[in-house]
Amino acid sequence: MKHTISVLLQNKPGVLSRVTGLFSGRGFNIDSLSVAETLEKDVSCLTLVTHGDEAIIEQITKQLHKLIDVIKVTDMAEHDHVEREMAIIRVKAESNTRAEVLRVIDIFRGKVVDVSPKSYVVEVTGSKTKVQAIIDILRPIGIQEIVRTGAIAITRGKKF
Amino acid sequence: MKMKGSQAFVKCLEEQGVEVIFGFPGGAVIDLYDELLNADKLTHVLVRHEQAAVHAADAYGRVKGEVGVALVTSGPGATNTVTGIASAYCDSIPMVVFTGQVPTMLIGNDAFQEVDIVGITRPVTKHNYLVKKPEDLIPTIREAFHLARSGRPGPVLVDLPKDVIGAMVSYTEPKPIKMRTYKPTYEPHPGQIEKACKTILKARKPVLYVGGGVINANASQAVTELAKKLDIPVTMTLMGLGGFPGTDQLSMGMLGMHGTYYANMAVANCDLLIAVGARFDDRVTGRIDAFAPNAKVIHVDIDPSSISKNVRVDIPIVADCLHAVTAMNTWFDGSKEFTKKAAKEQHKEWHKQIKEWKNRHPLGYVEESDIIKPQFVVQKLHELTKGDAIITTEVGQNQMWAAQFYHFNKPRHFMTSGGLGVMGYGFPAAIGAQMAAPKQTVIDIAGDGSIQMNIQELATARQYKCPVKIAILNNNYLGMVRQWQELFYDKKYAHTTLDVAPDFVKLAEAYGAVGLRATKPSEVEPVIKEALKTKNTVIMDFVISREEGVYPMVPAGKATTEMLLV
Repeated sequence: MKHTISVLLQNKPGVLSRVTGLFSGRGFNIDSLSVAETLEKDVSCLTLVTHGDEAIIEQITKQLHKLIDVIKVTDMAEHDHVEREMAIIRVKAESNTRAEVLRVIDIFRGKVVDVSPKSYVVEVTGSKTKVQAIIDILRPIGIQEIVRTGAIAITRGKKF
Repeated sequence: MKMKGSQAFVKCLEEQGVEVIFGFPGGAVIDLYDELLNADKLTHVLVRHEQAAVHAADAYGRVKGEVGVALVTSGPGATNTVTGIASAYCDSIPMVVFTGQVPTMLIGNDAFQEVDIVGITRPVTKHNYLVKKPEDLIPTIREAFHLARSGRPGPVLVDLPKDVIGAMVSYTEPKPIKMRTYKPTYEPHPGQIEKACKTILKARKPVLYVGGGVINANASQAVTELAKKLDIPVTMTLMGLGGFPGTDQLSMGMLGMHGTYYANMAVANCDLLIAVGARFDDRVTGRIDAFAPNAKVIHVDIDPSSISKNVRVDIPIVADCLHAVTAMNTWFDGSKEFTKKAAKEQHKEWHKQIKEWKNRHPLGYVEESDIIKPQFVVQKLHELTKGDAIITTEVGQNQMWAAQFYHFNKPRHFMTSGGLGVMGYGFPAAIGAQMAAPKQTVIDIAGDGSIQMNIQELATARQYKCPVKIAILNNNYLGMVRQWQELFYDKKYAHTTLDVAPDFVKLAEAYGAVGLRATKPSEVEPVIKEALKTKNTVIMDFVISREEGVYPMVPAGKATTEMLLV
């Protein structure tokens, strides 16, 4: 099963390779990975998507905890949370398809962030399935280049 | 107080209580070595290969129950430590390894003797550091010692660029270390202790499974108390030997691949397995689904990631072994449900069964009158040292015979590379052990293959007047691999015969040590006696029966009940 795991880390050199080395060394999977600073300058948040059965996920969280530079590990599957990915897509947009591309982007609440005579650069965020859906729809029109982030996730605020 | 980084380094080691360090100098660490000349509380042992420094530090730390320390230069000095570090990591041995590094401005330039040792050792250290700023030097050294000795112990590496140890730093007195991210759990959860104790009370066929964590935590006495209080049979892992007295009638010896028949049968048939400081290694469990199939499992370990890693655990207790077992003892002492008599009565049938297994297949070997059996040598060593020597081993058959036939009664008397299985560990480890316990008899039980992996340390042993004894069980083979080839590869002995071998007696003499040889069983005792009274380093070359195997043996991937017996 897919799990999104959020890891707070000390922002020190080599910390990322401690995490990725742990995954490769122990044969765990990384489906995607995304890291950036948090509000605290010396703390980074790493969001990692992985998959495996319950025992593997338990080992992954325990082994992450064991790393000296790791502050906190949260398996998002145990929490109500919001998860997003982002893609930036350069799509062919010539006179006969420009209107159609715009329509698709509008449906997916994407944004055109760059315009050239023959293409648009489009930004879209959402769940993995949503990002995949817009890619699937734009592909027949002509995707020239694509970059995607891994997932990032945050727990929802308390209801009461 | 302002001082040079190298001076602060020595001061920090002294403040951490370090008395002996093992090392080998080089360009990047000349400043440190220069400063060592001024250290009055530190002895430096000059090894002949950096790997030996790490193994020696490993055993030194184990004997003393302290942090072992090694110091080497950059590049090849650093890479030569990797095997020793990995071994200490597998065995959870507290250690700090200092490596020299090229000056910070050259790092990343492929400078002479530059290597990314922090990158290389990342997966085999508990943690490691590259000290980039002089002001980080002192706090890093202190943190390294703190990490190495606390929680689940392990090796920590500190990489020291030449300019950092040459810079001026300000020395301040040490303060208790607080780390935001690292807080090992020492105290067991009382609810889990109660649950465990109540389960133990109900068990009819319990087994106590003792690992190296018991020795690390100095919990041998507490474990012995628990076993005796409840009349529970005990088996030990290779790392756990000495954690419970091997000659006690509750002891079933070692379990696993070369464990005793009765220990393996007991584990396979128990209804409760109480694992203390052990990690369910594949050499212990054999085929995992057939390991203790009908048992509830209680697992005490300070490392949460050890729990339910290989075997599903019913009652996990994350704690220091000493704290947890003491808490259990206290619970039983205060419990109305528990009486010693009732426990004894409840396990009576179980002990009877184990005794039957013991009688059916005791640990043994076929004696012969004209050829030396390796097991006989180990038995004689045990007898003539009254079971009191510190034993180190190499890896392979020698290691298993030592584990099976030298019945360790005390903790910190058996040093072996358990997890990584390093040939070449035993001799430098013996030197380290002897430096830690100068008055003790220290014996390296070796094979003729393994001993050659760090034989150069004869010079070290001689230089520091370490009267260690090396007992070579010489079969002119890489015996353990040969045994596998005999059993599973149609006796095709691919590259396991050591066709050219040194004359170990002459070799010892070449280093100014003493060489003795026994070729007949009747010569074994005189040779050992002679060695034990010699104040010099001694090699005892025992020419043993060539194709002797280690039995019982559980073939790899089989259930532990599917043993090949003598």
